[in-house]
Amino acid sequence: MHELAWQTATDTAAAIASGATTARAVTEATLARIASRDQVLNAFTDVTATRARARAEAVDAGTVTGPLAGVPFAVKNLFDVAGLPTRAGSLINRDRPAATRDAVLIERLEAAGAILIGALNMGEYAYDFTGENRHDGASRNPHDTARMSGGSSGGSGSAVAGGLVPLALGSDTNGSIRVPSSLCGLFGLKPTFGRLPRTGSFPFVSSLDHLGPFARSVTDLALAYDVMQGHDEDDPFCAERSAEAVLPGLDFGLGGLRIARAGGYFRRGMMPEAAAAVDRVCAALGVTEDVDIPEAARARAAAYLITTAEGAALHLGRLRTRPADFDPDVRDRLIAGAMVPAGMVIQAQKFRRWFRAAVLRLFEHVDAIVAPATPCSAPLIGQKTFVLDGMELLVRPNMGIFTQPISFIGLPVVAVPVAGAMPMAVQVIAPPWREDIALRIARFLEASDAAVAQRPKEW
Amino acid sequence: MTDDELDAYIGASAALLGLGVRPEWQAPIRANLSVTLRMAALVEGFSLPDEAEPAPVYEA
Repeated sequence: MHELAWQTATDTAAAIASGATTARAVTEATLARIASRDQVLNAFTDVTATRARARAEAVDAGTVTGPLAGVPFAVKNLFDVAGLPTRAGSLINRDRPAATRDAVLIERLEAAGAILIGALNMGEYAYDFTGENRHDGASRNPHDTARMSGGSSGGSGSAVAGGLVPLALGSDTNGSIRVPSSLCGLFGLKPTFGRLPRTGSFPFVSSLDHLGPFARSVTDLALAYDVMQGHDEDDPFCAERSAEAVLPGLDFGLGGLRIARAGGYFRRGMMPEAAAAVDRVCAALGVTEDVDIPEAARARAAAYLITTAEGAALHLGRLRTRPADFDPDVRDRLIAGAMVPAGMVIQAQKFRRWFRAAVLRLFEHVDAIVAPATPCSAPLIGQKTFVLDGMELLVRPNMGIFTQPISFIGLPVVAVPVAGAMPMAVQVIAPPWREDIALRIARFLEASDAAVAQRPKEW
Repeated sequence: MTDDELDAYIGASAALLGLGVRPEWQAPIRANLSVTLRMAALVEGFSLPDEAEPAPVYEA
């Protein structure tokens, strides 16, 4: 049971394929572990046991095959799951009719044989970096259950780090995959903006929303990503690109890659453990040079503006009719966002194009950039402020200071975890459409033991 | 802007947008708006040419 708990998706699929175990046995063990452990972690909001058992039978009967055959996975509860209302962490959305179709990424993982086990806790409407939730309670960090899982895909981080599932999906608008990956010590992939279709997921900020996987190994992350790639015409932002498989080149190593460390803005405003994590990764990669990402603070500000204004526009009707049913922290940010003059948002979108061009020029000289993922390891649940560079700041918006400028222009990033008393991740950032580079570097770091999804004590 | 100016703006905007703001929500909304406007000032402080195009691309 405990071995299964920490087994990778790849190993589970291989064990089922070889007949060493069955999909039914894996599913039952997963359901049993969730029943016992999730009382503490609070990662799951829905467990789809009946569906999972039926699917497991199909795998064992040989009617469902694929590279993930029999592997359990779970999704942030903003993904449509047929039969469930898509709550997106909110109270209000529970009144929606049940979804009639799964999100496209769930369909694609199941087409590869994976088995959906349930839906995961998240910060309300994804406007969150903590993993706390007013309605469902906080998802907890398996490395220290008094601490935050990170948000907004907190349940995804908690479930994978707690060994409840080897694979989970989340969304990342400003850092919501990379922040929980950092706090929970996991590998997380935020692909290029427009790479993976968002069809059948509840939106937050159409200009910035990305979907992606969490895993405890780079191979699992790459495998899940590969089977989810490809255009879908129902997401107008989804690029018309064919799948570009990353798995075949995953072990190519660093040969020829020019890697730099993000300087300036990305060297300030963090606690010692965050700087130490970047130091460790840079040492393992032999990185000696800094590169300055120009105007990163302004990029973060512009992402902040677009987020608050677009998020407010999405929720304006609900803010009018049911304001008391929101999480107050989310409601008050959204109401303020509704009041932002339009010209400020348009200016932010113009700056976005300028910033994109400036960063693409950097990528003429480097192939990847290493930067911190979060300014600190997991804060305590309920902690409202922290001190960075002598300034007391709110935790909720400021956990994303290093992730926000990067997703602002849609660059692909792998969050790479570094072990410690509490883990922390580092961002490996690649040029647009070069997820392969970021994943190759992550795999090199994993193979050289500089990066690991460490198993929490007692878990 | 002063707190009083922000409160006046929030009051007028809420009326315009049809939002009911309870008295106890006023201070956190003001705090959030204040941060947002600082972010906007940072963005507006960067000079862009008239020809600068916004990021989203629409294809007819």
